Amino acid sequence: MPDNQVIKITYREAIKQAIREALQKDDRVFLLGEDVGRYGGAFAVSKGLLQEFGPERIMDVPLSESGFVGAGIGAALAGMRPVVEVMTVNFSLLAMDQIVNNAATLLHMSGGQLNVPVVIRMGCGIGRQLAAQHSHSWEPLFAHIPGLIALSAGTHEDARGMLLSALKSPDPVVIFEYTFMLNMESEIAAAAGAVDITQAKVRRQGKDISIITYGAGVYKSLEAAAELATAGIDAEVVDLRVLRPLDEATVIASVHKTHRALIVEEAWRSVSISAEISARIMENAFYDLDAPVQRLCGVEVPVPYPKHLEDASIPQKDDIVRTVKRMLQHD
Amino acid sequence: MPTKATPVADRDKGLERLFQMLLIRRFEEKSAEMYTKTNIRGFLHLYIGEEAVAVGVMQSLTASDYVLATYREHGHALARGMDPGAVMAEMYGKVEGCSRGRGGSMHLFDKKYILGGNAIVASHLPVAVGMALASKKQHNNNITCCFFGEGAAAEGEFHEAMNLASLWQVPLLLVCENNFYAMGTALRYSHAETHLEKKAAGYGMEMAVVDGMDVRAVEQAAKTAVEKIRTSGKPFFLLCNTYRFRAHSMFDAELYREKSEVEEWKKRDPIAQFSDYLIKEKTITEQDIKDLENKVAAMVQKAVDFAEAGTWEPVEQLTRYVYS
Repeated sequence: MPDNQVIKITYREAIKQAIREALQKDDRVFLLGEDVGRYGGAFAVSKGLLQEFGPERIMDVPLSESGFVGAGIGAALAGMRPVVEVMTVNFSLLAMDQIVNNAATLLHMSGGQLNVPVVIRMGCGIGRQLAAQHSHSWEPLFAHIPGLIALSAGTHEDARGMLLSALKSPDPVVIFEYTFMLNMESEIAAAAGAVDITQAKVRRQGKDISIITYGAGVYKSLEAAAELATAGIDAEVVDLRVLRPLDEATVIASVHKTHRALIVEEAWRSVSISAEISARIMENAFYDLDAPVQRLCGVEVPVPYPKHLEDASIPQKDDIVRTVKRMLQHD
Repeated sequence: MPTKATPVADRDKGLERLFQMLLIRRFEEKSAEMYTKTNIRGFLHLYIGEEAVAVGVMQSLTASDYVLATYREHGHALARGMDPGAVMAEMYGKVEGCSRGRGGSMHLFDKKYILGGNAIVASHLPVAVGMALASKKQHNNNITCCFFGEGAAAEGEFHEAMNLASLWQVPLLLVCENNFYAMGTALRYSHAETHLEKKAAGYGMEMAVVDGMDVRAVEQAAKTAVEKIRTSGKPFFLLCNTYRFRAHSMFDAELYREKSEVEEWKKRDPIAQFSDYLIKEKTITEQDIKDLENKVAAMVQKAVDFAEAGTWEPVEQLTRYVYS
């Protein structure tokens, strides 16, 4: 198969292939989570894996987020490589004690003795009319915690590759996956596999403005950039990918080039990733700026059920286009 | 169903148990002294009165078994065989401490002996289930032994862990150290069902109740439990009724219990009980006890000297151990 061959794949299939490859490559790897086995995964990501790998490696668990996330941490401490699926990020709050107090602290509290090589995957994102309790964007919460590696799979390439790299990390990794993208098809390299999990990535080169985003914002920003191009605006799109530890260098290099920055995210504005990025730009690239940094974030309201209100609560492609044009005083 | 005590006839064994309990007692008395001298800071939770539980249970564990304990864990660390100097240095916050001074009294870690030192009540129970699950998957015959207080049994994580342990049938010994007070809240004010062993029944888990002030009884009960776990691979709930003679921590004015109650329990001091028994059985002599006291005093002093002579982590190293 030639190196440059590409295949069409859904986001769901990309994640599934990653899990499958991980299970095939390493006997220590096992998947545990609610409904990952007999049900086939709440989002059908792990459909068929129970039949292929058996119940020892595809473990259905009871509704005990703290219990099974903690068990994943314990198994990791004892030499296994568990992949814990928290069905959605919304339920991760029930396991926050385990993630914050155990996964993130044990290496430090033990003076460097104990590694916690656990991978915790969470479905997240807004856009399926699931209302307030099932529409959280908790990326900023996890990105706040030293000791964790927080990854956001905003593309098919990362859905396919992040898990494999995360399993090689000696430190605990949280991966955010975006459920509204599950059926979305995209092209990736046929030979796609493990990806770098230390750096942000410039998804589109441009010279007029840096649109800095992650997760659900990546494809929206790329679509906006394509539309802006027709209006003669050359936007760069930076996918943060790694929300902790942040790759400041890539962001600063982009701003240094474009002199303008718009940060796009679905999480609530206050104390968000965008607030952090904005501060870093201020600290490190203030004199590069030709305009104040701008942000498009989730509106600070519990996410409402009706479609029109839900859409209005998060940045859309048109908002990005409009804001960029305003920043460039294009209209 | 209390487990009946069986005698430890053997002189060496008797002396060893007594030595371990005495070491914990004197080590902690010295720790309290060093706390008042401000050499030890933060929280300091003493195990004095409960020594028979850790010492009794540890006898049945092998070097490759995993042990997890609470923030009241000096006794567990010492009974497991950790060097008192490394424990004292940890409480001083020195680099020579078992956790390089990063944890302090509540976070004693030594990969070879004990995995904490866990200070969020019941948070280590799911972790213990996971470690036992790993042993099951690895077919290595290790068991995991997890100590926690009766206060933990009111936490959701306790119930999740009990269910998972039993559902998955993992080799886990759950040792509930019931000292009758969750900080200052008595058992009767925190549990609708004060017979905590009944909670095991709710999860289809085998259990036993033992007098936690009697090291021989604890040892026998733990031995039976561990044998069952090793042969069946199933979890076991061991309830040890015990009592803490000292305050919850060094900040506790003990407003919640009568002095007379403490005095009543002190009559059942596990060390006095056991040494009286050994003397009565003529297993050891008064001179043996004096010799042990001297040996322990020297060890404790050596631990303090080691901690005093320890070094501080350079501030430039502040952010070490956040990532590998």
